[in-house]
Amino acid sequence: MADFGYKIQEDRQINYDSNDRTLFYFLKRVEPSISLCIGCGTCSATCTAGQFTQFDLHKIMLYVRRGEKVHIANEIKKCMLCGKCSLVCPKGINTRNIIFQTRKFIHSNK
Amino acid sequence: MSYDPFVLPFSIGLVIVVILILWKYFRWIFSHEKAERVKILKLIFSFKLFSVIKEIFMEVLFHRRIFKINPVLGYMHSSFAFGWFLLILGGTIESKMHNHHAFNMFYEPIFFKFFSHNIDGFPFASGFKFLMDLILLYILSGLMLAMAKRLYKKMFGMKKTTKLRLIDKLALTSLWCIFPLRLLAESFTSAQYHNGGFLTDNFGNILAKFLPVDQLEYPAWWAYSIALGVFFVMLPYSRYMHIPTEMVLIILRKAGFKTEKKYTGFSRVEVQSCSRCGICLDACQVYATTQRNKMLPAYFLQSVRFNKKGKQGLTDCLMCGRCQEVCPVGIGINAIRRVKRNELFDEKGAEFEYLEESSIKSKKADVIYFAGCMTHLTPTIKRSMVALLKKAEINFWFMDEDSSICCGRPLQVLGKEKDANILADKNRELIANSGAELLVTSCPICYKIFKEEYNLNIKVQHHTEYLNELVNIGKLKPANLNFSAVYHDPCDLGRGSGIYNQPRELLGRISRLNKSENEKEMALCCGSSLANLPAGFDDKEFMASEAAEQLCVSNPDKLITACPLCKKAFAQACNERKTSNQVDVKDIAEVLAEAVA
Ligand code: SF4
Ligand code: SF4
Ligand code: SF4
Ligand code: SF4
Repeated sequence: MADFGYKIQEDRQINYDSNDRTLFYFLKRVEPSISLCIGCGTCSATCTAGQFTQFDLHKIMLYVRRGEKVHIANEIKKCMLCGKCSLVCPKGINTRNIIFQTRKFIHSNK
Repeated sequence: MSYDPFVLPFSIGLVIVVILILWKYFRWIFSHEKAERVKILKLIFSFKLFSVIKEIFMEVLFHRRIFKINPVLGYMHSSFAFGWFLLILGGTIESKMHNHHAFNMFYEPIFFKFFSHNIDGFPFASGFKFLMDLILLYILSGLMLAMAKRLYKKMFGMKKTTKLRLIDKLALTSLWCIFPLRLLAESFTSAQYHNGGFLTDNFGNILAKFLPVDQLEYPAWWAYSIALGVFFVMLPYSRYMHIPTEMVLIILRKAGFKTEKKYTGFSRVEVQSCSRCGICLDACQVYATTQRNKMLPAYFLQSVRFNKKGKQGLTDCLMCGRCQEVCPVGIGINAIRRVKRNELFDEKGAEFEYLEESSIKSKKADVIYFAGCMTHLTPTIKRSMVALLKKAEINFWFMDEDSSICCGRPLQVLGKEKDANILADKNRELIANSGAELLVTSCPICYKIFKEEYNLNIKVQHHTEYLNELVNIGKLKPANLNFSAVYHDPCDLGRGSGIYNQPRELLGRISRLNKSENEKEMALCCGSSLANLPAGFDDKEFMASEAAEQLCVSNPDKLITACPLCKKAFAQACNERKTSNQVDVKDIAEVLAEAVA
């Protein structure tokens, strides 16, 4: 197909009927600081894994809120748990625990 | 042969406890491979045996290390252990001399005064009377302290004392009853037959004034025997199991056993050797800051012992090692914690395929410099290092200049060994391909895993070691900047790797180095340790400011450390500090770069 420099976007409507927010509620319980996220993206800017691949923690934080589980499960595996993101987060969010707990949640709910 | 039915509770209890303990010993030792068990035999038939016996005597009976840390507590522990030992030893000799026979029933020394009313007529008889009462008094004085400790822990200079489980309470009660009951029983007997020493005789005479001692004597001996029996039966299930376990621990440790990657019989021995003395309680900063207590070794080891996996306290620990440093039993607490984390969390959770396409290429060089993820957050450290290496004309390759692959230790300390290994393999390949002879890193966390787990066939150094060496051989010539400084030992570099002198030597050349309260082995943690998962921002900030406060008592010009995480934590904490005297937080590489510039 000819490349016109743009393409048809996937449908990005958020369908809360099919989305599953249990992960978000789980995380709110085990790591309440998740509620403080302002989506500033500092975590993604510093990310060690992000230097090598498309991996974006601040996007994941958003998907967690929306309950888009499939996307999260695929993405969260890429993190090295190095902890840089928690050091730079302006809201002092324990991002490393969020990632750790998310993996645990996904692992036990497979 | 002397016999009376009241000896039965004691005798049955003793038989049960001996069988149970032997069974435990058997299981611990035979869970190890034969090759390892041989080490025990080798130890027994070597000269080292004497040092083992000495250590058992000094630690299990005399509690030398507890004495060193806290003399009152040491006295209390040793009065029970050493006192009881003397009481048994003295009683055995006394009863054998009295009977003129080397063999008598095992309970006779314990109930000697009941069976032998006329105990004069053998050499040193009165001396023994005196001695046995003195020993009993020694134990009773320790008992008073133990009771006081539960009531007024301050007296011991301890902020907290350990909480007890039900079975421990029962065992404790029966233990506390044993010696007062012995005092009563012997006093009642002595009031009638005058076979006691200065304590029991006088005490018996006083009691006889208003009590029917002849009727009370027999029940008192029964009660004494029952208290002993109950204590014995409880022992293997209570914290007092540490008494017969610590001996085994000392032997196995000397034979070269260690907890490494698996929870072995030896780990079991370590766990059960915890006397729950509570000395670790006051060492823990997480506890002091948050009042959460599940991570404290006294409780954590207990939950491991009773198979609860120690889940709750497992991740809420900095693995700073301060508790391990003060533990008088010398339990390898960090290793046990790591093994337990592995058991719980080591499922494969990560995928690092994307690293295959990474553009990092090895470069030939003599020295590799690896800054580490965290050093990229404190860029003056890496800039200083690069400047210093250039100044010293080192042919080096800055391995993670553009993008860094994590060393894997942050994953590893959380128990994710499998994931960590993927990263380690990748880094190992890069290191090997560069053909360098030396790997220098700025981060103590990376340093520890490079050195201990990577199995590299080249030398690994932290920059404190390397820079000190460069100065010593004259490749770097720093000027004395003559500021006052205090040095903070990062956990993984100090306690974790034993590097205390190099940074001090180096700083001695360029500054006036002050001492601080908790130095070297007892250095506080900055609070940022990656081993603690749940501690939040506020917890960490609080720990950092407490530590900074303590370090800066002498009002130094600079607070110097050798870890990007410590530096960041302290810089933040010192900004918040309200005191007038502002302190400048620096990494050792930064100040050296200033000194050679
Ligand atoms: S840095 Fe913190 S606040 Fe900003 S997006 Fe990341 S998690 Fe959210
Ligand atoms: S912990 Fe994970 S998400 Fe955070 S900076 Fe490191 S690799 Fe990125
Ligand atoms: S771990 Fe060591 S210091 Fe802590 S209670 Fe047990 S024996 Fe005492
Ligand atoms: S290692 Fe440090 S944080 Fe963990 S229990 Fe011991 S003293 Fe506390």
